[in-house]
Amino acid sequence: MATEPLLAIRDLRVSFATRSGLVEAVAGIDVDVEEGRVLGVVGESGSGKSVSMMGVLGLLPRSAVVTGSARLRGQELLGIAPRALQAIRGARIGMIFQDPLTALNPVLRVGQQIVEAVRIHDRSISRKAALARAIDLLDLVSIPQPRERVQQYPHEFSGGMRQRAMIAMAVANEPELLIADEPTTALDVTVQAQILEVLEELRTRLGIGLILITHDLGVVAGTADTVAVMYAGRIVERGEVDAIFDHPHHPYTRGLLAALPKLDADDAPLVGIEGRPPSLREPPSGCAFHPRCGLAEARCRVERPALRHVGSTSCACHLAEAADRRRDVPAGHAMDAGK
Amino acid sequence: MQLAPPAIATPSWLTLPVMVGGFVVAFWVVVALSVELWSPHPPLEMVARRLQPPSADHLLGTDALGRDVLSRTLHGARHSIPIAVIVVIAAVALGALLGAGAGFFGGLVDGAIMRLVDVTLAFPPVLLAMAVAASLGPGLENAAIAMIIVWWPVYARLMRAQVLEVKEREHVEAAIAGGAGRIRLLGVHILPLCWTPVLINATMDFGQVVLLAASLSFIGLGALPPTPEWGSMISDGAVHFYQWWIAFGPGLAILTVVLGFNFLGDGLRDYLDPRSA
Repeated sequence: MATEPLLAIRDLRVSFATRSGLVEAVAGIDVDVEEGRVLGVVGESGSGKSVSMMGVLGLLPRSAVVTGSARLRGQELLGIAPRALQAIRGARIGMIFQDPLTALNPVLRVGQQIVEAVRIHDRSISRKAALARAIDLLDLVSIPQPRERVQQYPHEFSGGMRQRAMIAMAVANEPELLIADEPTTALDVTVQAQILEVLEELRTRLGIGLILITHDLGVVAGTADTVAVMYAGRIVERGEVDAIFDHPHHPYTRGLLAALPKLDADDAPLVGIEGRPPSLREPPSGCAFHPRCGLAEARCRVERPALRHVGSTSCACHLAEAADRRRDVPAGHAMDAGK
Repeated sequence: MQLAPPAIATPSWLTLPVMVGGFVVAFWVVVALSVELWSPHPPLEMVARRLQPPSADHLLGTDALGRDVLSRTLHGARHSIPIAVIVVIAAVALGALLGAGAGFFGGLVDGAIMRLVDVTLAFPPVLLAMAVAASLGPGLENAAIAMIIVWWPVYARLMRAQVLEVKEREHVEAAIAGGAGRIRLLGVHILPLCWTPVLINATMDFGQVVLLAASLSFIGLGALPPTPEWGSMISDGAVHFYQWWIAFGPGLAILTVVLGFNFLGDGLRDYLDPRSA
């Protein structure tokens, strides 16, 4: 890539000091986000997907140690003064949270909150101008009657509308990058689709780069351009969305895809990945996925595979090529339906 | 057929105690503000023979110096009500400021402030107020200072607990992610959600402050004679066992004020915090 990516994360590590020693929640990830493109970060709970992004923004508690590098258009974000990072948060990088019911201040009118968000970063904008901006923003995220809605409190909004209001707040200062942490998880499916539509529109209209953190592969498939699959604090597979979905190489990615319920076969058993995510206190030796992997062999238990090009994706698996030949054997095992 | 006109709905919080409390408190506030203009007799002058029982001219009789007890009782509101207001507001301001600071910043600030709170609360409040008032010397101002010193830790604890709870909420995290600084976080996103219990407690405490002020005056550490303060009036009356009316007026005044504020505080709690109803 000739031009510099919007956000370039290199060897990002996040550890937490706990009573039982240092726990590494993110164990060195490299990932890029391009301007106007969507990066989907997928993984189970505890795989480090949220923690890594919060680490970049300096949102973690003091017990967290964040190392590595994260450059926003070449500007290093890690290790800079808290005030400098504070000026970037909300202005150049917006963030959307999972639960729109609790992420808005219950005692402030929605319009006031957007006014706040704007004026935090630019005192020269009058309250009046900021409120006009708030109305435009609510309109931008497809909230009907924005003029009346800005005067309402969050409890007068439905869940989907609150999430739209959150998005409006997050993009109030025209950030270059938007980080959406499970933006649709707390919403029902029809509302999910609308929110994703809004995000998609913002991307095309404002040219914002988007990081979409989710455990929902369906959301990723419909929205993302590139995908990073995380497992136990590492990226195990990374690539263009089509490549990941059509030709996954890592057994974990395959397991995830195999676990998606198939709509066309209603009596097909639900498939899961056996076992549970590893404890970060005592990570498995070698490849972190080997205790759950159907293909694991001796080497996997000892040697940690590095991320390397395999076919059209990057994959961290010793057996990616071997697994390709055994495409008929997914990593997942059949489980009883309805369990 | 004509429909019955809709009944005028009484809000659920507007109960009988709230109405009574509101009426009583409003009565004493009006008295405190206006008694100068319509007092039946001057409160400090000898207007009749001493120790007269209640009569048409002196509804609550006269005290040992021939002063009209009713007039003195009504004038007592001019001391008790403002003292209660000043003490509660000062205690809330001081306590909320320190408590919010302790909860928000944590660490050493928290430790220092909360130890001070613990130490203050380790003494029985009346005893501590007496000790402080005694060391400052008699007078209503000193009694007020003593009461502020006794009362602020209560609010500091309340406020700290509230701030600790609210600052973990997700909208605060969202505000941080939006680039809000510490002062904005505290002022816009945390404090406005913390006032409910403080407000309820403050309303209840008005009555308690009136009571404590009277207690200090009763033992001679508050108002100085001839100030018509309720506590010192009761103290005057206590030596005249057979002239019950001397203490009756101020006693009734204290009773109604304390009861009024408590009723009002209960109603306010039901209104603001339905969970604890």
